[in-house]
Amino acid sequence: MSHPKAAEQFIKDRDRARWHDKSLWFVRQKRDKMASTVPEWEELRNTASQIKAHMISNMEQYLLEFEKNAKANGITVHWALDAKEHNDIVTKILKDHNVKKLVKSKSMLTEECHLNPHLEKNGIEVVDTDLGERIVQLREEKPSHIVMPAIHTKREEISDLFHEKMGTEKGNIDPDYLTYQARMDLRERFLKADAGLTGVNFAIAETGSVVVCTNEGNADLGTSLPDLHIACMGMEKIIPKMEDLAVFTRLLARSATGQPITTYTSHFHGPKKGGEMHIVIVDNGRTKVMGQDKFRRSLSCIRCGACMNTCPVYRRSGGHSYGYIVPGPIGSILGASRDSKEHNTLPYACTLCASCTNVCPVKIDLHNELLTLRTKISEEKHLPATKRIAMKAAGKVLSSPKMYKVAGMAVRTALKMPRFFVYNRFNDWGKDRELPPLPKKTFKQMMKERNKGKK
Amino acid sequence: MQVSLFIPCYMDQLYPDVAMATLTLLEKHGCEVTYPMNQTCCGQPMANTGCSADTKATAKHFIEVFKGSDYVVCPSGSCVSMVREHYDGLVPDSDEVNSLRSKTYELCEFLVDVLKVDKIDAEFNHKVGLHQSCHGLRELRLGSCSEQIVEKYSKAETLLRMVKGIELVKPERPDECCGFGGTFAVAEKDVSCLMGEDRINDHENAGAEVIVGYDSSCLMHMGGISNRQKRNLKFMHIAEILNGAAT
Repeated sequence: MSHPKAAEQFIKDRDRARWHDKSLWFVRQKRDKMASTVPEWEELRNTASQIKAHMISNMEQYLLEFEKNAKANGITVHWALDAKEHNDIVTKILKDHNVKKLVKSKSMLTEECHLNPHLEKNGIEVVDTDLGERIVQLREEKPSHIVMPAIHTKREEISDLFHEKMGTEKGNIDPDYLTYQARMDLRERFLKADAGLTGVNFAIAETGSVVVCTNEGNADLGTSLPDLHIACMGMEKIIPKMEDLAVFTRLLARSATGQPITTYTSHFHGPKKGGEMHIVIVDNGRTKVMGQDKFRRSLSCIRCGACMNTCPVYRRSGGHSYGYIVPGPIGSILGASRDSKEHNTLPYACTLCASCTNVCPVKIDLHNELLTLRTKISEEKHLPATKRIAMKAAGKVLSSPKMYKVAGMAVRTALKMPRFFVYNRFNDWGKDRELPPLPKKTFKQMMKERNKGKK
Repeated sequence: MQVSLFIPCYMDQLYPDVAMATLTLLEKHGCEVTYPMNQTCCGQPMANTGCSADTKATAKHFIEVFKGSDYVVCPSGSCVSMVREHYDGLVPDSDEVNSLRSKTYELCEFLVDVLKVDKIDAEFNHKVGLHQSCHGLRELRLGSCSEQIVEKYSKAETLLRMVKGIELVKPERPDECCGFGGTFAVAEKDVSCLMGEDRINDHENAGAEVIVGYDSSCLMHMGGISNRQKRNLKFMHIAEILNGAAT
């Protein structure tokens, strides 16, 4: 479904759209407050942006350094070209260890690769242990936000869901109660798990270790109890040095949720005693993006979600309206730069207000990348015929003073027709808006008269 | 000071009074203003749809019309940002063209940065909410945006504060987009109108009687929603107030 159609459906429930908007604006405000406690905030953003730019130009070198050091730490490193290879590798590791139950902490990469359904087909039970992820898993939905996957659900709905799936008290919407019940339910599953899978926030080349940031400690529990830990990472998660990490940890949680730091910032330097640790490094289209000058910077993304929280379109259309696993400004770029036909409306789900570009902790030029993607979509002929024809005509008219004059007169005459002819179902402007009152003269006409008077 | 006035296509057709207020305001502040009659548009509608090929002729025409100007001044932040920030690849990369682009100014920044205006002879006895349109704010940096942790400033507000009797009210969200967005207003009409309505509510709750901005396009969008809902709100371009519009 195109973004405008999906957004129209979301907005039909205006109260809900406004509730969604306010919830996310609240997070944006928390971010503002927390960011403003760091006087060197803008300098931090610059530094982070430069580290990422350096990483992208030297990715091969750093990934190989990482592999070497990780191996020395006793970690097994795997390389996956695409989602299928990633899923096959993970499934094979799990099967080799006779894993029946897997606990997962949040990983957008495994969502991107559709790992869960693949594992379930192979008879492996997967439990998402991040509370938000658990909610969307139980609702059989996709996350609608990369940091707050269930931000689109209301407390009452979660209460009903837990009642149905876990037998909690009907109608109890107390967040503490619901969280506690989910925690108890998950605790059982942690204890019974045969393996734990995590995402990766940062992989440090210098040390061959990975860092996972969570607020719930679920990644820690999921990797401490079972003997097998698999960490899946997109190849762009690599950073050169341990000292670079500090720049990002200062930016990440402040930008994401307005916290000074995530509750847990866990460093994994190797397998636990007697256990095994595997890291799967995934490309899945990233090198394709890396090869495009204009979109390369999108690989700097640290998945903080700040661009979603600030995006006035995202807040009012909801994450699912994007139809791509990562929604909002960064998702529109990632989706459309990989498949500009399938996601041809996403770069247009944007007013080019540039709020995202200014909030982004790694300074991705988000709104300009979206604008560039529009050119790509137009050049690749994925623009709807109506827009294509209209713009061709506009280009002709607006480059010629004569045609501009004639067209101006035609439009002004048309707008003088009775209301019925102006406001109808073909007029998308006029559905909820009036046109401005038509002035008697154009400015050009006024100037002609003024100049005459002067002579 | 010699100034060429650039009036965007939609303002020529729909907002001639704002254009005239801009012209007389510049004259009051000592500018000799010429208005090249064969001007049309900056090309933004096509460019923002991604149709670069269809933009080139219009952008080139803009350069042809205004070349040789000491300054080009325009009462629309968005169109100025098109010329200054987005003409790369559309027009020749020559010293002459680049200098013309860098001398193209939005009205408020021209008054503050070039003319260094410190007095405005105008009175406006109303509660006013300033709508800081996005391209002016976040591309031309007419003010600090709420996302950045920098010292706060606003060129438009600086000017409005010189107007006698004016009371500036502050919406809760200082610089959220109104949802106009060019073709977005039509292609994504549902999101667009909800955004516009939310902006209006925010200003209205802050006590605004008049919403003022430096881009008539955003004002047209919000004004259109407000009028449909029969609200008692006025929408005015900053040029009208600075030029001493009757209140």
